[in-house]
Amino acid sequence: MRSCLVVDDSKVIRKVARHILETLNFSVEEAEDGREALDRCDSSMPDVILLDWNMPVMSGMEFLRALRGSERPEQPKVVFCTTENDIAHIRAAIAAGADEYVMKPFDRETLQSKLQIVGVA
Amino acid sequence: MEISQSSQRILASLLEARTGQQITFNRRWRIDSALSSIMRERDFANVDQLVARLVAGRDPALTESVIEALLNNETYFFRDKLPFDLLFGGPVKRLEQARQREKRLSIWCAGCSTGQEVYSLAMSFADEKTRWQGWKIDIVGTDLSRRTIEKARAGIYSQFEVQRGLPVVQMIRHFDEVGGREWKISPVLRDAVRFEARNISDAPPHPGKFDIILCRNVLLYFSPEMKRLAFTRLSQAIAADGSLMLGAGETVIGLTDRFVSDPENRGLYVPAPGVGIGASPAARVA
Repeated sequence: MRSCLVVDDSKVIRKVARHILETLNFSVEEAEDGREALDRCDSSMPDVILLDWNMPVMSGMEFLRALRGSERPEQPKVVFCTTENDIAHIRAAIAAGADEYVMKPFDRETLQSKLQIVGVA
Repeated sequence: MEISQSSQRILASLLEARTGQQITFNRRWRIDSALSSIMRERDFANVDQLVARLVAGRDPALTESVIEALLNNETYFFRDKLPFDLLFGGPVKRLEQARQREKRLSIWCAGCSTGQEVYSLAMSFADEKTRWQGWKIDIVGTDLSRRTIEKARAGIYSQFEVQRGLPVVQMIRHFDEVGGREWKISPVLRDAVRFEARNISDAPPHPGKFDIILCRNVLLYFSPEMKRLAFTRLSQAIAADGSLMLGAGETVIGLTDRFVSDPENRGLYVPAPGVGIGASPAARVA
């Protein structure tokens, strides 16, 4: 079973994502912001991270830069999942090391196809 | 909403008579949702009322709209992904060698719906610019639905459509934002492909001879007789050394002897000996 860490300050989004991911046979962990996500990664690195952009304490972009710039030998796939849906944000995310990008709102098929593209589903 | 058996039969007959497609039992539950926007626009309280108007036969525009709505236009970019890997790993590589002199490949997407398959192919060739330098890659998509062909030609897709199946790197390379959460295919790719409203049972599009034909998830809606006719049409439009790709759940077995399984590429089909344009007369089946 593959593992996914859902990082989003919205409880509703985390719940929806968890539901979809569990039907896709993922084990799911949650974090409310980038700081908590880094702690989760320190204790157990997931196969893939579903990452919001705007969050309190530490944003998705700050988290991604910290993760990719770290000495951690394991690097998970990172799929941004955000309402920042313009091309400038998408380019910035790819440049910072994101593997894929999901524009909210999303549905099960979209998420599944993106997870297939990064090779975890 | 409950739809009477007689309305279901009338709608199924209408669709089959006009398009050759059948409404299979497992698609009947979708009739109501497929027709919901027409019922709203035309103020019908239920499907039976709409069918009564159709039967009266004085509203050709309504008939046209109902047929368009009943067609299954499900598609997305790089649908199922594996077929594209198979296509580029097998037939495209083989035909690249076979067509070295003329440097021309013709591809027909029969039943292309709103164009995602056509543009997926065009992106795949465009992403290997150096390899295909000097080649003429002609990709044409056909569909019997005028509405879907118009959308394909426009090349504008919603946020949902553009990110389903399409890697984000290819999305930002080949699409432009047009606002309102819509994305438009780049002019270069738009100009590299063609679309025509045409049924598969009609004559093939220009140039009439294709190296590769994709006809995925189209024939499953046809009756066995229509499938046989479609295979005959496809066999008259394919190069003798060409390749045919069907949907994952589709096969030629038991329906035609004009195509056989490609021994080198599981899931693909090639014209039978003596079949296809340019087939050697010696190999032609008596």
